[in-house]
Amino acid sequence: MKALFAKPWIWSFVAAVSVWLATIGVTGGASTVGLSQAALTFAAFSVLVGIGQMFVITLGPGNIDLSVPATMALAGTVALKYMDGQNGLVLHGLIIAIFIGGGVGTLNYALIKALRIPPIIATLSMSFVVQSAAIWTNRGLRIKPPQVLADFTTSTSLGIPNIALVALLMSAVAWVLLHRTPYGRWIMAIGQSLPAARMAGIAVDGNRFVTYLFCAILAAICGYLLACFSGGAALNMGSEYLLMSIAVVVIGGTAVAGGDSNVPGIWGASLFMFLVVSMLNTYGVGAGVRLIMTGVIIITVILLASGRKDAIR
Amino acid sequence: MLLPPAVFEVSDAAVRFGEVRALDGVSLAILPGECIGLVGHNGAGKSTIVSVINGGLTPQQGEIFSDGTRLAPYGIGVARNRGVRCVFQELSLCPNLSIIENTRIMHRTLGGFGWRARARAIIAASLDAVFPGHGIDVGDQVGVLSIAQRQMVEIAMAFSDAGQPPRLVILDEPTSSLDAGLATQLLAHVRRFVAAGGAVILISHMLNEILETASRIVVMKDGKIVAERAAGGFDHAGLVKAMGSVATHQATARRSTGASQSVLDLPMAKGQPFRACKGEVVGLAGLGGHGQTRMLLALFDHHAPQWWPRRDPAVTFVAGDRRENGIFDRWSILKNMTIATLSDLSRRGLLQDGAETARGATWKTRIEIRTANMENPILSLSGGNQQKVLFARALSTRAPVVLMDDPMRGVDVGTKQEVYGIIRTEAEAGRTFVWYSTEMEEMQLCDRVYVFREGVIVAELTGDAISEHNILAASFEGTAA
Repeated sequence: MKALFAKPWIWSFVAAVSVWLATIGVTGGASTVGLSQAALTFAAFSVLVGIGQMFVITLGPGNIDLSVPATMALAGTVALKYMDGQNGLVLHGLIIAIFIGGGVGTLNYALIKALRIPPIIATLSMSFVVQSAAIWTNRGLRIKPPQVLADFTTSTSLGIPNIALVALLMSAVAWVLLHRTPYGRWIMAIGQSLPAARMAGIAVDGNRFVTYLFCAILAAICGYLLACFSGGAALNMGSEYLLMSIAVVVIGGTAVAGGDSNVPGIWGASLFMFLVVSMLNTYGVGAGVRLIMTGVIIITVILLASGRKDAIR
Repeated sequence: MLLPPAVFEVSDAAVRFGEVRALDGVSLAILPGECIGLVGHNGAGKSTIVSVINGGLTPQQGEIFSDGTRLAPYGIGVARNRGVRCVFQELSLCPNLSIIENTRIMHRTLGGFGWRARARAIIAASLDAVFPGHGIDVGDQVGVLSIAQRQMVEIAMAFSDAGQPPRLVILDEPTSSLDAGLATQLLAHVRRFVAAGGAVILISHMLNEILETASRIVVMKDGKIVAERAAGGFDHAGLVKAMGSVATHQATARRSTGASQSVLDLPMAKGQPFRACKGEVVGLAGLGGHGQTRMLLALFDHHAPQWWPRRDPAVTFVAGDRRENGIFDRWSILKNMTIATLSDLSRRGLLQDGAETARGATWKTRIEIRTANMENPILSLSGGNQQKVLFARALSTRAPVVLMDDPMRGVDVGTKQEVYGIIRTEAEAGRTFVWYSTEMEEMQLCDRVYVFREGVIVAELTGDAISEHNILAASFEGTAA
């Protein structure tokens, strides 16, 4: 039990479960299944972008990818436009989305490396380019996704939303990458001390590049799925995921300074972020108060999680 | 003979940094009209005694007098009011301000209406006095000046007089970035200043400057004053000898290396080229900061992977500055040790826990890392044991060349002996070591030693020629071939 509470991700789950209980307590359990499925679905999208962002943040101070929302928008619009509602082109669409993610990730790191721009500026300026490209291709049209995909993303298997299963699969892959492969060790070493990592013979540039690539590809996949889920790609569909991708990493107990990351916390934090809003909605709180309370609750959880680290040291 | 009271006197000063005795009961009096030449190799305590005199460092023991009165409490402000001025190796001017503005910062009394004109007059006069024909516009920003010009301004600043004349000027390596002509001008000014009753402490590795300029020479070693004579009492060779230890014993027998094949080359822009052969321990000697670390980094960068991980690295590195570029402080001892060899410890891309634990256990016994459990955090180890972990990290790779950047900093004697043994064994097994160290006895463990001065290799010593005397002689100006 003590060991469990020493885990950095436990607090996000404690918070998520408390909020869940508080919500179904009010409704008398009537909406338990519906609420849980909605939470899992919406959390899944946050998890997908959160994992990518977490890998980038692992690389250490200053590393962040702000191009996530634009990448989602571009991947979603281009893929949907290409598939044009035809069921036979589903896989082609996915591959196109992945290629767009790969392109954005490559350009991101090219800017960071070749022009020596800090990641926060490089990815932000890249996001303007990508967003403009999305506007140019989309031209305000709303294209329907192929029926197969729309069905897949909105239905459940064994009571669990398909989207959540996809996110779970990606989480498992991310966990293995982070904890069971040399790559995971390397990026955590880079995050703790860049000079020490270099002197230990780690291929620093290669690892950083792969990480930015991975983050952009996850964002692109997320954009592809979200566009299908919501019945069409919209230019602003990624906007709320900028803050979300960072917030779930931080609340999940990953060290903001880098070098110490964990995958489970992303899930706890993503569920929590959705449940807080639905809890406050259930209580009938007004929009303004809801935003303030969301902020206060997030700060409280972060304080709890960081208090744990001080206790250990 | 009745001597005038000392401008400044430090009596029985002792400074300790942890276990290191930086100053061990040093007494030094500086009389007016005297130029003291202070020499000694790195870590002898020269900079520490300077910090004590200028008030930057309070000694744990000892007293400070000026003009016969004891100064307590003592600090930088008191020192400045007494006319103590310092020129450091690390330049201390603000690069974003003009020379005039820097003058204003240095002299607090300059304030008030029209300070720019007054500051301009003061610094220009001082520059003209020290470096006639200097060609520096005092309205310029310091940032646009060359390094030599900055050093000139810095020196002129110390000699400048804004109502409070300098009485004791401390020059710490003032000529390191000046050319010969400027250095001559400076030393001439020092002589004039001293003749007019001022006092100067001159620290320089250019022994000729010391011999020509100083009226008294003080030699420091290991935090103590080991010799003190009027300038005429030393010649160049005598000074080099006084700085070194008298008795040097051979720590281990060295092999004379035949013409075996070279595994590592680095052409140098100037001076002799660098070369290391299989199974050789090559030392990089000379005074600290004369290009040894830079060369090690150049060697490493040239061979280290940047984009793609290498299973068989060409070189591996043992850092001396553990906190800066050695350890990963969030991790266990084991993870710190295995980070350089993860490719060897994984199969089909996945890490093998068993292999990693076994590797850790092997090296724990092999170099005696003192811990109950390799899973303990790295920071639970003492500095010496952390350093052993770094050695294990490097030696467990398959790299044929090990680069070491003063790796024994802050390591206790027992650990050092253990590591020396390991290096010897590994070298006999065919590994090549390139070893930078500021400690003389470690250079004597090497098969071949390159001596650095001002970024270039100035001498190559082999076998029995590797001695403290020869290294010191080559490190200082004028004696190397």
